[in-house]
Amino acid sequence: MEIGLSHYLTVAAMLFTLGVFGIFLNRKNVIIILMSIELILLAVNINLVAFSAFLGDLVGQIFTMFILTVAAAEAAIGLAILVVYFRNRGTIAVEDINMMKG
Amino acid sequence: MQTLPDLLPALPEIVLACAGMALLMIGVFRGEGSLRLVSWLAVAALVVVGVLLVQGPAERAVTFSGLFVSDAFGIFAKLLIVTASALSIILSMNYLEREQLARFEYPVLLVFATLGMLAMVSANNLISLYIGLELQSLSLYVVAAFRRDVAKSSEAGLKYFVLGALSSGLLLYGASLVYGFTGTTSFDRLAVMFAGGATPPLGVIVGMVFVAAGLAFKISAVPFHMWTPDVYEGAPTSVTAFFAVAPKVAAMSLFIRVLTEPFGHLLPQWQQVIWFCSLASMIIGALAAIQQTNIKRLMAYSSIGHIGYALVGLAAGSQEGVRGVLIYLAIYLAMNVGTFAIILSMRQQGRMVERISDLAGLSKSHPLMAFAMAMFMFSMAGVPPLAGFFGKFYVFMSAIQAGLYGLAILGVLTSVASCYYYLRIIKVMYFDDLVEPLERPGRAAALVMTGTALFIFPVFYLFAEPLLSGAGAAAAALFHG
Repeated sequence: MEIGLSHYLTVAAMLFTLGVFGIFLNRKNVIIILMSIELILLAVNINLVAFSAFLGDLVGQIFTMFILTVAAAEAAIGLAILVVYFRNRGTIAVEDINMMKG
Repeated sequence: MQTLPDLLPALPEIVLACAGMALLMIGVFRGEGSLRLVSWLAVAALVVVGVLLVQGPAERAVTFSGLFVSDAFGIFAKLLIVTASALSIILSMNYLEREQLARFEYPVLLVFATLGMLAMVSANNLISLYIGLELQSLSLYVVAAFRRDVAKSSEAGLKYFVLGALSSGLLLYGASLVYGFTGTTSFDRLAVMFAGGATPPLGVIVGMVFVAAGLAFKISAVPFHMWTPDVYEGAPTSVTAFFAVAPKVAAMSLFIRVLTEPFGHLLPQWQQVIWFCSLASMIIGALAAIQQTNIKRLMAYSSIGHIGYALVGLAAGSQEGVRGVLIYLAIYLAMNVGTFAIILSMRQQGRMVERISDLAGLSKSHPLMAFAMAMFMFSMAGVPPLAGFFGKFYVFMSAIQAGLYGLAILGVLTSVASCYYYLRIIKVMYFDDLVEPLERPGRAAALVMTGTALFIFPVFYLFAEPLLSGAGAAAAALFHG
């Protein structure tokens, strides 16, 4: 069987769904949420690279490079905020993020 | 041979980027105690950018290989954004000093967030859209958690970060689908591609809905609004004042550009989605605000409601609709900056207070401040002689012209329902007994509240003509053909 575009898209869609569910269903740890966010961004990258190769167009790969760079900055800021939060509360369990209702 | 791109259309952004980096250097070398200097220089840089925007050419110019566009629509939105940022920096200085938050990074971060907003308003490609949006969001995540020794602020930052990152993910997934099914990320080429009127492939529609969902997060339209009250409550009040205006205006302008330029011919496909978001935002904004006791949470629901009214104009999908949204945003800016100038002055015995009941008897201790607040509340409720009425009037008119009678009628009804909580604040100020008077407001806050209060009543009528024609020209620029 030859591996075509649809296989890549299916993998990306599965990773994306896993990432979204990881954010909403996970009740344990904020680090897992950060991992889920990375999973979503990587699913997008797989999509873009697969489309780029399939279309023979470089724009998708350029887009991917931008997303990788911004994702690194985003992870750095996310972890910094998490460290500040941990210093204040002494916990990073998702259930404990409830000082404000909502 | 590779030549330098035409830099002139991006001159305001380039100036602001250089100013932001210079301010960072000034702050680093002068160290502690440079908040006021850096803040005033940031305001000066924003004023310079505003002058460049007004003086610059108004006709459409595309540069950086089609990634960046400068047109009348962008200039109008950018002027609103720059005004909002400058006013909120002026308002924050006193607050930050009194709350022991006087660090120079604050105005620098606001300048970079503003730069991101200018870039996203000018985006002409999905890639530049993403870069601008992220530059804005990354700066805003940091300022939301700016008060790092208080758990509430860091929690607000964390919540904003997680949901903001999720919304970026949704937007990107949509962008990847749009790219894959059309083979381009350029707004111009997308617009040409859909111009024929043929039904686009399903992938494009799914992608467009994902992009719209990502942007709806940023403007906190209803199914994606859950972060707003918590972030508004937890973030330092000066940050809330900024969040309530500049990022909303920027994201709404971007939303308008994305839906009317590349996807303008897909109006039948996205109209239902915006219709639903608009109606749901108006209803949640009107009903959920009723039981709030914290004024910052109340303002969060109020802003959700206002976004709903602005979306009415977008749902119309016409040039009049876009004009209505732009007028609405300009008036919304004045009302919100003024209200937050008052909220930032709510101090008793050297501490910030933020319950609505703390305003009790304000009419006896500070009659002018109470009167200004009453004006803002009446204006937000949309009572006729005040500017807020005209904002609502233009969006509802455009909805009726587009045949969206149901949305216009339900909008008027929710607007009446939302009067309840605006009037409750007035009742607390005028008819409840004074418990503990507020401190005297600072000079900057007093000036801003007087200025915005005068704007929404008499001055608006003097400036109505340039505002209306400016918004009209801006909307016409989007529907250039």
